[in-house]
Amino acid sequence: MPSDYAYVALFAAIGVAFIIATLVFSWFIRPSDPSPEKLSTYECAEEPVGPAHVQFRVGYYVFALIFVIFDVETVFIYPWAVLLRSFARNGMGMFAFVEMVVFLGILLVGLGYAWRKGVLRWE
Amino acid sequence: MTLTGIAEFIASFFGLPGSSSVWIVAVLAAAILLGFMLLTVLILIYVLRKLLGKIQARLGPTRTGPKGIFQTAADALKLLIKEDTIPVKADRRVFIVAPILVFVPAYLVYVVVPFGEGNHFIAKDLNIGLLYIVAVSSINVIGVVLAGWASENKYSLLGGMRSAAQLISYEVPQALAVLGPVMLAESLSMQDIVKAQGEGLFSWFIFRSLPLLGFIVFLVASMAEINHVPFDLPEGESELVAGFNVEYSGMRFAFFMLAEFAASFTICAIAATLFLGGWHSPIRGFLDNGWWTVFWFFLKSSALVCLLMWIRATYPRVRVDQLMEFGWKLMIPLALFNVLVVGLYVALGKGG
Repeated sequence: MPSDYAYVALFAAIGVAFIIATLVFSWFIRPSDPSPEKLSTYECAEEPVGPAHVQFRVGYYVFALIFVIFDVETVFIYPWAVLLRSFARNGMGMFAFVEMVVFLGILLVGLGYAWRKGVLRWE
Repeated sequence: MTLTGIAEFIASFFGLPGSSSVWIVAVLAAAILLGFMLLTVLILIYVLRKLLGKIQARLGPTRTGPKGIFQTAADALKLLIKEDTIPVKADRRVFIVAPILVFVPAYLVYVVVPFGEGNHFIAKDLNIGLLYIVAVSSINVIGVVLAGWASENKYSLLGGMRSAAQLISYEVPQALAVLGPVMLAESLSMQDIVKAQGEGLFSWFIFRSLPLLGFIVFLVASMAEINHVPFDLPEGESELVAGFNVEYSGMRFAFFMLAEFAASFTICAIAATLFLGGWHSPIRGFLDNGWWTVFWFFLKSSALVCLLMWIRATYPRVRVDQLMEFGWKLMIPLALFNVLVVGLYVALGKGG
C-alpha cells in the first residue's frame, strides 16, 4: 500500500499537469499578436510612471508578524484539542483545561498589548 | 462496478502487474475529483448568475442554450481561445508559477472531503485531515502575493498585499473555529468527525456544547478567506481594478477564477462536514447508508452554497479598516472564547 501522503503528491502532480495541459492546448488555438501597447502594464491608459515595486504601508508587515504568532499558537492548540477528551476520561480534564487557559491567557495579554498600542487600527 | 474493478480491468488490459491497480484507482479518483471540481464551478457560476438575477428582479443569462445553461461553458471557451499576454516588464517565471500556486491548493483540499459513508466516497481519509485542509488552503496566499508582485503593476502589487493581509487575518479565526468539532470528536480525520454526529439532528456539532458560535465564526472567516462578498476587497473593481490579477488574461486568469469558485464549494462542504453532520441524515438511522449519504452531503452543501449567494446579493462591500478591525478585534476573540467554552465542556466530561 502506498503511503497516505502519496495521494497528496499524486493530486498535486495531476493538478499541475492539468494546468500545463490546458495552457498547451490553449496555446494551439489562441491567437498571438503582441504589440508594445498590449505588452505594457495597465495604468489608467497612461504610460506607467516609474517602477511598480513601490514602497507600501508598514501596516501589512505588523499584521504579518502578529499573524505568525497566532498561527503558531493555533498549531499548538490542535494536539491539545484532539487529546482533551481522553484527559477528561482519566480525570485530568480540568488540569489540561487550566493549562490551556494559561497558555491562551499569555497570548491574550499580547493581543491586548497590540490593541492598546493601536497596532490593530488600520488608517 | 467499483473503481477497484475498473482499475483491475485497466491493469489486466494493459498487462500491468496487479499491484499497480492501487495507483490506477488513485489516478482515477484524482481525475474524477478534478472533473467534479470543474463541473461544480460551471454549475455554481450559472446558478449564481440566475439566483442573483432573480434576487435583483432581472433574468440573468438567457441566450446561450435553454434558459442560458451553456453560458458558463461559453465563457470558459472564450477564455480558452483568448490571447495570453505577459507584460514585458513582468517577472516571467513568477508570473507563470503564481496561478499554479493558487489553483493546486484549491484542488488538493478535495483529497479529504468526505462525500459519503465509507472509503468509496473519499479520496483518502488522512488521519490529520482537518489540519491538512487548514495547511493546504493557506498556500494560496503565496500565489496571490507572487501574482501581485510579478505583474510589475502598482494596482496588482497593492491588491496582492491587501489580499495577503486579509487572508492571514482571517486564517486565525478559521483555524480556531474548527477546533470545536475536533475536541468533541477527538479526531482530526474528516470521517471520524462525521461519524461522531450520527445520532440525528441534535447530535450535529452546530447544536452541541456552545450552539452556533463556532459555525458562524467559521463561515464568516471562510468567506473572507475566499474573497467572498462582503469581504471581496482584493477584487474591489472600483478601487483596485480587480487587484492582483489585473495583468492576467485568458486561461491564466481563468485559473484564479476556478480556484475561487471551487473554494466556495469546498468551504461549504467542510462547514457541512464539521457542523451539520456531514453525510448523516437528520433523523437517526433514516436513509443513512450507501448513496443516500451522498445525497445528504450534497443537500447540506448546496443549502450552504445558496446561503452564501444570498449573502452576496444582500451586503455591500466592507471598507479595508473595518475588515481588519472586524477580524482582529471581534473574530479572533470570539473564536478563542469558543475554544475555551467548548474546551471546558469537554474537560468536564460532558457530551462524551
